[in-house]
Amino acid sequence: MSQHPTTYVPKSAFGQWFESRLPVAGLVHSSFVAFPVPRNLTYFWTFGAILAFMLVSQIVTGVFLAMYYTPNAGMAFQSVEHIMRDVEYGWLLRYLHANGASMFFIAVYIHIFRNFYYGSYKAPREVLYILGVIIFILMMATAFMGYVLPWGQMSFWGATVITNLFSAIPLVGETIVHYLWGGYSVGNPTLNRFFSLHYLLPFMIAGVVALHIWALHVPGQNNPTGIPIKSGKDAVPFTPYATIKDIFAVVVFLIFFAYWVFYMPNYLGHADNYIPANPAVTPAHIVPEWYFLPFYAILRAIPDKLGGVLAMGAAIVIWAFMPWLDTSKVRSTAYRPLYKQFFWVFVAVCLVLGWLGSRPAEGWYVIASQICTVYYFAHFLIVLPVLGFVERPLPLPNSILESVMGVQKGGAGMPVGANAEPQSKG
Amino acid sequence: MAETTTHVAEPTRRDFLYIATGAAAAIGGATLVWPFVQSLAPDAATVAAGAPVEVDLTPIAEGQIVKVFWRGSLIFIRHRTADEIKAAEDVNVASLRDPQADAARVKEGKPQWLVVYGNCTHLGCVPLGQQGEYKGWFCPCHGSVFDTSGRVRGGPAPTNLPIPPYAFMSDTKVIIGQEATA
Repeated sequence: MSQHPTTYVPKSAFGQWFESRLPVAGLVHSSFVAFPVPRNLTYFWTFGAILAFMLVSQIVTGVFLAMYYTPNAGMAFQSVEHIMRDVEYGWLLRYLHANGASMFFIAVYIHIFRNFYYGSYKAPREVLYILGVIIFILMMATAFMGYVLPWGQMSFWGATVITNLFSAIPLVGETIVHYLWGGYSVGNPTLNRFFSLHYLLPFMIAGVVALHIWALHVPGQNNPTGIPIKSGKDAVPFTPYATIKDIFAVVVFLIFFAYWVFYMPNYLGHADNYIPANPAVTPAHIVPEWYFLPFYAILRAIPDKLGGVLAMGAAIVIWAFMPWLDTSKVRSTAYRPLYKQFFWVFVAVCLVLGWLGSRPAEGWYVIASQICTVYYFAHFLIVLPVLGFVERPLPLPNSILESVMGVQKGGAGMPVGANAEPQSKG
Repeated sequence: MAETTTHVAEPTRRDFLYIATGAAAAIGGATLVWPFVQSLAPDAATVAAGAPVEVDLTPIAEGQIVKVFWRGSLIFIRHRTADEIKAAEDVNVASLRDPQADAARVKEGKPQWLVVYGNCTHLGCVPLGQQGEYKGWFCPCHGSVFDTSGRVRGGPAPTNLPIPPYAFMSDTKVIIGQEATA
């Protein structure tokens, strides 16, 4: 935001008076109007906007749900049914919020794997990327605590299993778990504090998102070629080009979102969560929400409590080290023929891990989880560092413009002005 | 020694005041964190609700497992059959993950009564009774196996099902939450 000087001058006298006192319009103008965007961005670059929309959507639906929900172990389940049956449009608010969490994670996983594919995490975007990892961890914590609030069987036992992860810590584990619970088991104090934190964390996410966007506006966006903007011809202004494209993508995503909300609102949930929490009986097949399944499979793959917990944590934390684990000088996988294959194997391994996480922990499922877990870590610790040395990347285009328009030979075959800076076109 | 034109400035009274102020603020801030963290601990009402509970054993048939709650935690009271007692005793203790003789897990002279916490020591699910390879308990969540003494025999659980404090008030009555005082 500070890197690209704004020439913005408000037209109205009031605008100029205000701008000289609080230059917020200029900030918006330089960040979201005049900001140069690579001209070759694909729809994979619209997921940032989709995620921003989902965060707002979750906060708005959540604030309203909190008006009708009662965070008390004796009343929570009933109050959720009250929302579903008695509150005007309560069913819609709740289904938007519950399915919205899943949509949020679908969008964030596409956003993350787009970043992996095009090497967006590499210098100079390391801080931007690590802020993203922090947002993802905050999202996981928020989603987990939100899932506890309806106080059904899956809520209760999900809370029990996840909080018990901390009991794996040597010596102080038990005490930490009692402090998390506010008692000697998951109970009313646990529900109370989870509600408080579930309300708090989205605003912390919003804060980190602001830093994430700020950090994005220093180097600017990566693009499918991975090479930086070298001249004005490589870029288009954010408005209208990116603005309209982002809005269109959000609308298409909303159609997808609406399909879940209106046609199968409970498909991504678990029937067991419509049974009130019962501390004496664990559901026969306890599985987390789909977006945690790959990590859950890694947890169960390790036949040791502390080891499993550490592996699950490491599976996420290792992302933060990618900028330094990946030794390749080339950002975009489009120019990395070997890595392209490893990338898709990695995607497949993550999907298989997700499927294995939904299976019972027995027989060959466990062995398959172990093989996939080893490969998951090998991708980061072996493939990424070694490929940078042994791979011969394809030749990079000289510029973003060249990648879009082809190599220029004196303008033959191209109308005059076709490669001019778009903002200069009539 | 050659004379130098630069010299290290003596610490002044102002430097001392800066450091002292900073230290006081740091200690004060850290101290203020304590009540916030401590408020997360089990509160007085929860602790008070942890008073011992008495359980009448007469209705518990041989082979039956009964669930009771103490301090919000699930507890299994298992009336073991002769076969189950024998199976628990005839184990090479040294071969166990968490070696403990069956005799150390029941009260003397009462081998038919096993009293253990009812949450798996892995991640806290409730294991299912009379199931698994040793017909003790089997945890459906992550596959831990326990024998008829509540000792871990397989799966990811690191330790045996713990024994809560309890005492026999008579042959047919136990009190859970306190040890024998005699």
